[in-house]
Amino acid sequence: MNKYIPVIGLEVHCELKSNSKNFSTAKNDEGEANTNLSVVDIGYPGILPVVNKEAVRKSLMVALALNCEIPKRLSFDRKNYYYPDLPKGYQITQFGNPIGTKGYVMINVDGVEKKITIQDTHLEEDTANMDHLSNYSLIDYNRAGVPLLETVTDPCINSSKEAIAYLEALRNIFLYLGVSDARADLGQIRVDVNVSLKREKDSELGTRVEMKNINSFTTVKEAIDVEIKRQTDILEAGGVIEQETRRYDEVNKCTHFMRGKVDAIDYKYYREPNIPEITLTDNFINSIKKVMPVLEYERKIKYTNEYGISTVDAGTLTKNKKLSDYFEDIISYGASPKDTSNIIVGFLLGYLNKNNKNISDIDITASDFSDIIKMMTDGKISNKQVKDIFTKSLDENINLLEVAKSIGTQISDKEEIRRIINEVFKENTKVIEDYKNGKNVNGFIMGLVMKKTGGKVNPGITNMVLKEELEKL
Amino acid sequence: MTNKLIDEIRDALDSRLVTSDELFDESVSKAYKYQDKFNCFVTILDKKKEKKGNTVLQGIPYALKDNISTKGILTTASSNILKDYIPLYDATVYKKLMEAGAVLMGKTVLDELAMGGTGTTGHTGVVRNPWNEKRMIGGSSAGSAAAVALGIVPFALGSDTGDSIRKPAAYGGVVGYKPTYGRISRYGLFAFASSLDHMGLFARSVKDVSYVMDIIKGHDDRDMTSLPDEDISYVDNLDNDVKGKKLFYIKEAVEIDNDSEELKLILDNFYKAIDECKSLGMEVVEVSFRKDLLEAIYPSYMCISCAEATSNNSNLTGIPFGYRVEGNNVNEIMMKTRTEGFSELIKRRFVLGSYVLQKENQEKLFLNACRIRRLIVDNMNELFKEYDALIMPSAGDIAPLFGNVSDKLSDEYLILGNHLAIGNFGGFPSISIPSGFVNDMPVSVNITGRAKEDYLVLNMASKLEEALGFKGQVKVDE
Repeated sequence: MNKYIPVIGLEVHCELKSNSKNFSTAKNDEGEANTNLSVVDIGYPGILPVVNKEAVRKSLMVALALNCEIPKRLSFDRKNYYYPDLPKGYQITQFGNPIGTKGYVMINVDGVEKKITIQDTHLEEDTANMDHLSNYSLIDYNRAGVPLLETVTDPCINSSKEAIAYLEALRNIFLYLGVSDARADLGQIRVDVNVSLKREKDSELGTRVEMKNINSFTTVKEAIDVEIKRQTDILEAGGVIEQETRRYDEVNKCTHFMRGKVDAIDYKYYREPNIPEITLTDNFINSIKKVMPVLEYERKIKYTNEYGISTVDAGTLTKNKKLSDYFEDIISYGASPKDTSNIIVGFLLGYLNKNNKNISDIDITASDFSDIIKMMTDGKISNKQVKDIFTKSLDENINLLEVAKSIGTQISDKEEIRRIINEVFKENTKVIEDYKNGKNVNGFIMGLVMKKTGGKVNPGITNMVLKEELEKL
Repeated sequence: MTNKLIDEIRDALDSRLVTSDELFDESVSKAYKYQDKFNCFVTILDKKKEKKGNTVLQGIPYALKDNISTKGILTTASSNILKDYIPLYDATVYKKLMEAGAVLMGKTVLDELAMGGTGTTGHTGVVRNPWNEKRMIGGSSAGSAAAVALGIVPFALGSDTGDSIRKPAAYGGVVGYKPTYGRISRYGLFAFASSLDHMGLFARSVKDVSYVMDIIKGHDDRDMTSLPDEDISYVDNLDNDVKGKKLFYIKEAVEIDNDSEELKLILDNFYKAIDECKSLGMEVVEVSFRKDLLEAIYPSYMCISCAEATSNNSNLTGIPFGYRVEGNNVNEIMMKTRTEGFSELIKRRFVLGSYVLQKENQEKLFLNACRIRRLIVDNMNELFKEYDALIMPSAGDIAPLFGNVSDKLSDEYLILGNHLAIGNFGGFPSISIPSGFVNDMPVSVNITGRAKEDYLVLNMASKLEEALGFKGQVKVDE
């Protein structure tokens, strides 16, 4: 039996956030159907496109984050085809000269790093939204002309797991850069998948099958797995894979034939004559580089290498930019990164999860957070106290530092503890006798001390002082 | 009064010899009077209160070609597919003229979607030549040319993709100007071939052209191909001395082995115009130009313009707006709408355009046509290093008789009949001005200058116009 290696390429369409559309002054916003549109978006005779600089800026951010080569001059092309969701009868896109080429993204699957190479990323306009009902269709032009960034990988992904890791990494790039809300459920991210199989020893790729417009990562995974299975079955039965476009059927978990190679559309690409070439100056590129945030991958490396945080915890902290930003904000006030990470990963995230909240629901200032961590690091309060303080503060919506004050800080002064221990001795003469009779009473006395102080004493110091005092008896 | 020059009309208005309402009425009544015979207009308007613009054009009526978007006013591009289309927005030129106080009196007939050079393919019928109704006015800006020649309006706007202003201006004995690409915003001009399309205008003198140009030129945020504003008035530079300016004409274009008496007369007229240039102190030299490139102008023009036209007119599907023929599904609706909405000639161009853009043909046809265009423009720019302008007969014939024109390539007049497209290839400012008569029909010379030097082309044309003596020429009926 032959072993087949899946070869997968992904095309990810991402709607960019902007005030106005990519080539018109209409608002880039969902809104009531057909309210955010201009004559340009509907393709009325005589209209002309004007490039949205903000969309270009955001696309360049992504191109830079993907380690792409940036062209010296920006140009656009027309992709011609007829469909009611494309009012002009052509889509303005970038065909010959994309805004970014030859980039890569690092992913990590089961602890193994892999470089996913990016063929290109290019800026284009979205189509209108269509609803096909039983015997009529509705068109909403609000989406027509929304800036859309399409990022295309090389066929270098070898499993559905890798595909998902790549998609998550890419989505996080969009989120870290703030260029899109990147919500697949709202159609802000849509994925075209192509899959082929090759024999282990072959260098040539197999015939590829494309599946278009999948709008959830889970479905991407399913579709890939289903398609790999379908192709494997065909090849093992001695069949041949046809180059075609298939549709993934989420209900029946299978793919259906849509159109074959002979029906492929000739898009008759040619240069958009209404947009002159735009020179991308070094100044402009540098001004973008300057405001770009440090991304997930780089932060993860910093957290593990510089802060000594475990890879898993670093991964957890950086998975969500808001969380990672919060973490960095806290440590900027002087808190120990590792202790901060322990409290966030070891306690806070669990708390949030249990209470169905997320990081944006927290209104503890980074400076207060840092103060509490510092007290813990200095031994003024115990790890348990920290958790109690946070729980009370979050449960009852009371300022963190006030809670800390009311709960009181840890007693770690040796002489103070010695005094308390001796008080306990006086109050419990029976225990002293038991001790003298050779009984182990350490645990019992510790309990009494804790009870007496409301758990505020530092357990380590107390234990040490207790031993000293017992020896004196 | 509407058959006079702008200066005269302005004086009459300012000294209250006439009101703008009276001018408008005169214009409209002439338009109606000539409509049956010459068919200049798709729409003749009622007077609306004009804006106070305090410009030289305040209160003066004019016409727009019916492929220029006018909010609330029917704009058909003389095509059935847009026969009921009422735009929702104003073209930038229309807005500027409105702000200037000029008064729109009508929308003029064109060859369907501005594709064609005969003035015979508009959906409302044939436009006839004011000088001889058995002859064409030419196109595609046919109605605008005829309306100015008939004295209905002192000026009218048109569009020029290959020669669509300058050719009908020549056949109609009026001035036709196509400025530098980007000098006038194209926002609101129904696109035919975007890289070749220019807004421009007809008037009865170079000065009148300049008056209007000074108002409608300039940068437009809605048109990325529009040029930055320039701090110069064209009218103020018309009287500059042109002594020492160097002109050239193309040897291969006037070297015709043909015994047509008409062509000889046209060339005689041209050489007389050259003599006038020389007497103005300009130098005129015969220059040789690669003949293979000159012969490739028309085919490459067709390749590029049809390719762009196919794409530009893909919006006319009956789905978001305009004429719709119902069908069982969207594809059928689009197919039927386009099949019924466009004439055969248009569909032929679309098929051609699609063909040259197809993956397997694009390199050989479309991209080679673009390369030829580039070579021609490079050669022109090389010549413009030495010469200030190209001077040529505007056409190799007088206005053709109806029925005598086919869409086929003609070997005889190939170069002289098509050289005006050079101006569109390079976006060069280019003007045709009347230079006399051959067989009782007007003929014209054309001056094409360096890109962005509109003022110089207008300056030289104005001087030559004075010397030739056809300034203000209008066809006076009866």
